[in-house]
Amino acid sequence: MSRLAPGHRGCAGCCDAIAANFVLEAVGDDAIVVNPTGCLEVMTTPYPESAWEVPWIHSLFENTASVASGIEAALRALGRKGDTKVIAMGGDGATVDIGILGISGAFERGDDITYVCIDNEAYMNTGVQRSGATPFNASTSTSPPGRQSFGNSRPKKNMPAIIAAHGSPYVATTSISYPKDMMRKVKKAVDIEGATYIHTHAPCATGWRFDTSKTIEIGKLAVETALWPLYEMENGEITSARKVKKPKPVEEYLKAQGRFKHLFTMEGGKEEISKIQDIANWNVEHYGLL
Amino acid sequence: MSGKMTVVEGSYAIAHSVKVCRPNVISAYPITPQTHIVENLSQFMADGEIPNCEYINVESEFSALSALIGASATGARTYSSTSSQGLELMHEVLFNASGMRLPIVMTVVNRAVSAPISIWNDHQDSISQRDTGWIQLYAEDLQEMSDMTAQAFKVAEDKDVMLPAMVCMDGFILSHVSEPVILLEQELTDEYLPPYDPEYKLDTSNPLTFGAFADPSAYTEFRYLQQKGMDVALGKIEKATEDFNKIFGRYYGGLIEPYMAEDAEILLMAMGSVVGTIKDVIDKARSQGIKVGLIKVRTFRPFPVEAIHSAVSDAAIVVTLDKNISIGLNEGALFTEVKSCLYNSDINVPVMGFMLGHGGRDIRMSTIQMIIDKAAQAIKSGIKIESEYADLRGELL
Amino acid sequence: MKVTIGGAVKPGTTRINKTGGWRNFRPLYHKDKCVRCGLCSLLCPDSSIHEQEDKYVIFDFDYCKGCGICANECPKDAIEMVLEEK
Repeated sequence: MSRLAPGHRGCAGCCDAIAANFVLEAVGDDAIVVNPTGCLEVMTTPYPESAWEVPWIHSLFENTASVASGIEAALRALGRKGDTKVIAMGGDGATVDIGILGISGAFERGDDITYVCIDNEAYMNTGVQRSGATPFNASTSTSPPGRQSFGNSRPKKNMPAIIAAHGSPYVATTSISYPKDMMRKVKKAVDIEGATYIHTHAPCATGWRFDTSKTIEIGKLAVETALWPLYEMENGEITSARKVKKPKPVEEYLKAQGRFKHLFTMEGGKEEISKIQDIANWNVEHYGLL
Repeated sequence: MSGKMTVVEGSYAIAHSVKVCRPNVISAYPITPQTHIVENLSQFMADGEIPNCEYINVESEFSALSALIGASATGARTYSSTSSQGLELMHEVLFNASGMRLPIVMTVVNRAVSAPISIWNDHQDSISQRDTGWIQLYAEDLQEMSDMTAQAFKVAEDKDVMLPAMVCMDGFILSHVSEPVILLEQELTDEYLPPYDPEYKLDTSNPLTFGAFADPSAYTEFRYLQQKGMDVALGKIEKATEDFNKIFGRYYGGLIEPYMAEDAEILLMAMGSVVGTIKDVIDKARSQGIKVGLIKVRTFRPFPVEAIHSAVSDAAIVVTLDKNISIGLNEGALFTEVKSCLYNSDINVPVMGFMLGHGGRDIRMSTIQMIIDKAAQAIKSGIKIESEYADLRGELL
Repeated sequence: MKVTIGGAVKPGTTRINKTGGWRNFRPLYHKDKCVRCGLCSLLCPDSSIHEQEDKYVIFDFDYCKGCGICANECPKDAIEMVLEEK
């Protein structure tokens, strides 16, 4: 049974649950999973219940990678490693912000773990606060639009590039809207020895404000507008990128979500949308999406 | 006392003790004055002297202890070491380890905490962590420290304890000094310390979830069970030192060690290396007819209330020496806790407290003598000041 | 329920919590339109759509939260969200 058990407390349409299911299906039962504090952890493990069918541990918010390193070392020391995969699965806040120290260490050491970042682009579990992965001009509870603001004023932290710079043999971006692509890449990552990284886009209906049925649809728009490029990097070089034949204008993606709605009603919003279009255009250029 | 003595640096003796305790995962980050311990362990690893062991070169103390959370949960025997700022950085993880009942053993090489920054010895670092749910043991000298390391594993990993343990040694005073020590023999240690075999672990053949969140209906009981582990640890510490004596032929107290305490009117209480100095001063004072004795506190957590009650009940005054302070209360922790454990009992012995040795300030025999004189004075005319510094340099103020 | 030392929890035990009560809408299966692609079962965040031996699906209404992803993504419109009647 390589999925989360039903009965967990995830929102209807929860992107974290979908992401976790794909990872579990791709990896199978011979895995130990580490989670930081966050939606996925809280919704799956209210004592005395657990939705996890594999060995699983939650320690703190910012030490996912370190705990995973420790588990992997213990398995080897005890002669129990076999084919067991150690998977660290964390949200964007726990990965690109508070957990970056541990990740950097694990990847510098090349510990044999796979880190999957489930990126729903804010600190969702605590009430949709802005993280280093929140996209430019997105509205969050700590980067709201107002008389002097269009929302989050910084672009997303390029975490895949940071990991690749650590010399990881395999780094890939995925989206839960492209299940086969995601599962293929996760499988590839866990089978490669060393520290590998998957950064998956996960549209959150509650935080981004769209109907629960549209989780997959929104994710597709992110890829089709080139705002979320799907690519693989091996030993620091981009070795594959999913082409986007005719990138849709970013408006189609933005207008479908409550967190960008202000850009369509505020004065100067049009100018801000064109800046977001610039980001998409840069992605097309940089990752070779055409 | 059997066994061959060799002169080694304190840090080497500790590293050797860790080695023969057969750890599976060592994870530590360098900080003065712990560095020689981890350097020695690294050399042992490089020479293949520690089988079935992985050494993780982590990027911070926070990561060091976090890695051991994962390793211990997987069923490995785990070890780390740190001091001062490193221990403070681990603060969050300390609670986590105790709450998840992972018997990690850590040498704390006691060092003062910043600010002001200081690399020299006092107990502020480990004392400031006394509420985290870790067993805390303090060693007087290298031999005790070396032996206590093995005893810590035995107690921590006991099925009825399952709590992490801090073994504290004074930085520089013990870590960087060479003394004759009987290093733990591998065969005897194997006899003393069984392999680590936890009931719950991360294992694909029996998947379990660790670290679930507890809502208000279940949380308190976890705290209760941790305390219960501590209560059991009191007896297990005494048994561990007795069993150690049976195999290694050395014994110097379980929870506490009395020194010339039976008929003492003035009873000093202290932890760590200062005990050695105190014993010398007591010898001298006794030769002058002063009835002074010492209770060395080996175990600070669990706090040995009953042992202390029995030890102090016949004294005229108890005087605690603390290498730490609670700012805002102006008391050292040993003073506060001894005073409080006597308050509701029917033991009517007054308690005075002296804070000294902060930031590595040398504790002289004359300072201890001054403390004994003040205690004698207090017996006659009552305690004037219950808690004060013994070594404050007024000329700097 | 007695607490265990350290709080280790057995796997899959969230099943005791039937989240079906969360629904406002429920999926209505038009089997005649279904081409057995398995996408709905793959996507369901609550693992509440199960492929049978013949590859047609059944819905687990004990847990289905009525999110509507299955209906929105079905390439053949074989699933329709209808109001949950109590």
